[in-house]
This record gives sequence, C-alpha cells and structure tokens, in this order.
Amino acid sequence: MKPPPFAYECPRDVAEAVALLAAHGGDARPLAGGQSLVPLLNFRLARPAVLVDLNRIEALARIRVGDGALRIGAMARQAAVEADADVARGWPILPAAIGHIAHPQIRNRGTVGGSLAHNDPAAELPAVMLALDAEMIAQGPQGQRTIAAREFFAGTMETALRPDELLTEIRVPALPEGTGWGFQEAARRQGDFALVAVAVVLKPDGARVVVTGTGDGPAHMEAAEAVVAERGTDADACEAAGDAAAAASEPADDPHAPAWYRQKLVTALTRRACREAVIRMGR
Amino acid sequence: MAGQQHTVRVTINGEDYEGPVEARLLLSDFIRHEAGLTGTHVGCEHGVCGACTVLVDGAPVRSCLMFAVQADGASLETVEALADGRTLHPLQEAFRREHGLQCGYCTPGILMTLKPFLEANPAPSDAEIRKALSGNLCRCTGYQQIVAAVRRAAAMLRGEDP
Ligand SMILES: Cc1cc2nc3c(=O)[nH]c(=O)nc-3n(C[C@H](O)[C@H](O)[C@H](O)COP(=O)(O)OP(=O)(O)OC[C@H]3O[C@@H](n4cnc5c(N)ncnc54)[C@H](O)[C@@H]3O)c2cc1C
Ligand code: FES
Ligand code: FES
Repeated sequence: MKPPPFAYECPRDVAEAVALLAAHGGDARPLAGGQSLVPLLNFRLARPAVLVDLNRIEALARIRVGDGALRIGAMARQAAVEADADVARGWPILPAAIGHIAHPQIRNRGTVGGSLAHNDPAAELPAVMLALDAEMIAQGPQGQRTIAAREFFAGTMETALRPDELLTEIRVPALPEGTGWGFQEAARRQGDFALVAVAVVLKPDGARVVVTGTGDGPAHMEAAEAVVAERGTDADACEAAGDAAAAASEPADDPHAPAWYRQKLVTALTRRACREAVIRMGR
Repeated sequence: MAGQQHTVRVTINGEDYEGPVEARLLLSDFIRHEAGLTGTHVGCEHGVCGACTVLVDGAPVRSCLMFAVQADGASLETVEALADGRTLHPLQEAFRREHGLQCGYCTPGILMTLKPFLEANPAPSDAEIRKALSGNLCRCTGYQQIVAAVRRAAAMLRGEDP
C-alpha cells in the first residue's frame, strides 16, 4: 500500500514537461491531480520510473472564454470548473456533471485533463465532452495537434494521446441560443462512478445523446440522435430515444449490476435527460 | 533518480517543518511520521475512506493521494489545529455532546472536511450535510449522530447554543 520508488520531476512550463516525457520514452507518466494515478501507484498497479508533476505549471490551470469557446487548461481542478461563473453561464452541463464526480475533497485535486486522459469507462467528463463536441489540444515533441472528442476516447482507459504527448487544453464550443441539455446518472452511492450516465445536448441544428457505463467508455447513441432529429424535440421523441439508446447498448453483467438493470437504466436515464433538455430548450 | 531525497518545507498548524523526503513519501506519512502529528489517520490509502483528510492551503484533500514533495511551500492544517489547549473547538464539542464518534478513527478526517464546509455554509440543510460527508466513511458510530453533531456544531458556530 505504499508507492514504488520513482524519480520525481517538477517542470515549470509545458515545453519542459514535454521534453521530460520525450527524454524518458515510455517510462515517464504525467502526474495531474493524482486522484486516479496515486491509488494505482499505492496498489503497485502502475510502476512508472519517472513522474512528471504538472501541478506547478500555472499556465495549464487557466479557465477562460476566448472566441466564444470555453478553454479549460488541462490542470484546471474539477472543483474550480464546477464553481466558475462563466462556465455556469455558458456550459451549465459541466458543473451539473462534475457534481457527480467522487467527493469535494477529490474534486479539489482532480483535474479535468486528468479525468479525460485517464478515460475511466464510467467517468462523467469524457461523456460530457463527447456530447459537447469538445476538442482536445495535445502537445508533443513534434508540436501541437487538435483531436476531436470523437477520436480522442478510444476504449477503456485508452485515448488518442501518445505516451510522449501532454493534453494541454480542452476547447468547448459555444452552445447556440436555444440549446437544451440534460445530465442523468445512477450510482450505488453519492460519489461513486456511474452505473450508467447519460448526457443529452439538444441544439437547434442537431442532437447529441451520449451514454457511458455500459461498455468501454462514452458512446454516441446515433440511433437515439436520429430519432430526435426526425421526430422533433418533444416528450414522445424522448420516449423513443430512450428505447433506441437501450437497443444500441450491450452492457455485460458485472459485480456492480446485472446487464438487464443497466439496460433499463439506459432507457430511463436517456428519457429523463432528454426531457430535461427539451424543457431547457424552451427557456 | 529513484530514491533521491528532496527537501520539503511546509507549515503545519502555523509551525514550520522542513526535511529531506523520498519522492514517494505520501503526505499522510510525512504528517504522521516526520512531523509526528498522529491525529491524521490512515484508513485505506487509496482515496476511498476520507480518514486522512487535511487542509492544504485551506482546501480539504486526501493526504494519502498526495506526495509530501508536492506540498512544498504549502500551508497545512490538521485536526491538531482545532482545539485551543484544553478547550475543544465547537466542532469537537458538538461531536462529543451528540455522540458523533465511537472509536474515533474516522473523526479527524470528518472534522477537517467540515471545518471549511461550515465556514462556507453556516446553516446547511440535512441533505447538504449528508452530501458534504459523502466522502468520509464511518464504520461504527452511525451517521444519524454525526449529522446531529454537525447541526449542533453549525448552531454553536453561529453563536446559538442549542
Ligand atoms: C474515491 C474516488 C472516487 C472517484 N470517483 C470518480 C467518479 O465518480 N467519476 C470520475 O470521473 N472519477 C472519479 N474518480 C477519479 C477522479 O475523478 C480523478 O480526478 C480523475 O480520474 C483523474 O484526474 P487526476 O487529475 O486526478 O489525474 P491523475 O490521477 O493525476 O492522472 C490520471 C491519468 O491521466 C494521465 N494524465 C493526467 N493528466 C494528463 C495530461 N495533461 N496529459 C496526459 N496525460 C495525463 C496520468 O498520467 C494518469 O495516467 C474517483 C477517485 C477516487 C479516489
Ligand atoms: S486513507 Fe486516505 S482516503 Fe482512506
Ligand atoms: S467512529 Fe469509528 S469509524 Fe467512525
């Protein structure tokens, strides 16, 4: 229950951090909030030779609005985003979802970038970023690239990031006037990872329905999105969207819940999140 | 290099501590074994139980999920900061009066979670109290008395004497 030995590096800027990752090949791991990585070290499930601590890179912790988009530095604490006034005004689904992540003490350290890079298959933020069509900015020795959320999340605890790349910023496009949103989660206890969580974003020009907890991470429910696009945004369409999402989900039995239960959650939570979004569209 | 020593300087409850540490030393172990402040308890060492909660620059965090070297320059507060000599802090007094602890293993983490919570929210509802406590496990007292103790502590801190 104590971490194995490692060498500790504490760079002050992104360039230095990227150079350190490159210098150590695959043996170095970035350390963000440590709320997933330190348990893995304490259990000795991870044994990186080098930890590159990102906590003193101030530029990575910024949250700002620029060109209409929300730009979240990878090291912004989950608690800081949850409490940010600009975020609450323009992207209220984010604080709503972050409130479901673990507990206040964990959100005080845990970062947005850490959650996305970790990509636990039942985590809230990857699902919401997928529903918001966010873009991830990655910095590597070859330079910077932009990865769409659809390409970024690549299965259980897998992302499109290369081992020598750092996630530096998450860009969330502005939501057009008249956008409605809903976020619904079922978990065994307050703060647990989701059994199932659903994020719905209804924009005037298209619907996003993302389900997580049923397989290897967040997934667009394209059939459910099509139902809403065809039948319009009303309560009937939401009923049908719930059925479509459940038909497209193939959860397995696991110690936390049987497959049939998760399937029912997908139906119910998709309907609820969709109805919430419809109500908010009208406002 | 693994095994390399790093110098850590922190303030704990207003006193300065400095020492060489290995990078892998958890902050919880630094507080208990290097600073000798054994009021902070260690339950699970993987972030689940909350027994190790301390304040880092005013914010409650799990000290078992931070390395001591990361706290360099920070100001920490542990449960030892609460009482003034033999006079208990209102939070402690309320827990004593409402039987909010039995073995006391979880109590330091609960108190350090509640201190900033009640400063930010002096008159919480029961639902808010339960939510604030969701990250702290107690395996023996039962949460009814703990919630009652928080209600009493909030009243005492507001200057009422329930
Ligand atoms: C008791 C408990 C309950 C929890 N419950 C939930 C929950 O309900 N929902 C949830 O989503 N999470 C939960 N978590 C996890 C928590 O949200 C973490 O904050 C999150 O998963 C990881 O973020 P972090 O900043 O702590 O990253 P770390 O733990 O520091 O890092 C996680 C991984 O991402 C990599 N990484 C981090 N930052 C970057 C970057 N900028 N670029 C490239 N790679 C990077 C690290 O190398 C590591 O592999 C829980 C944790 C605990 C201890
Ligand atoms: S010992 Fe730190 S949370 Fe359990
Ligand atoms: S008082 Fe014994 S665990 Fe809480």
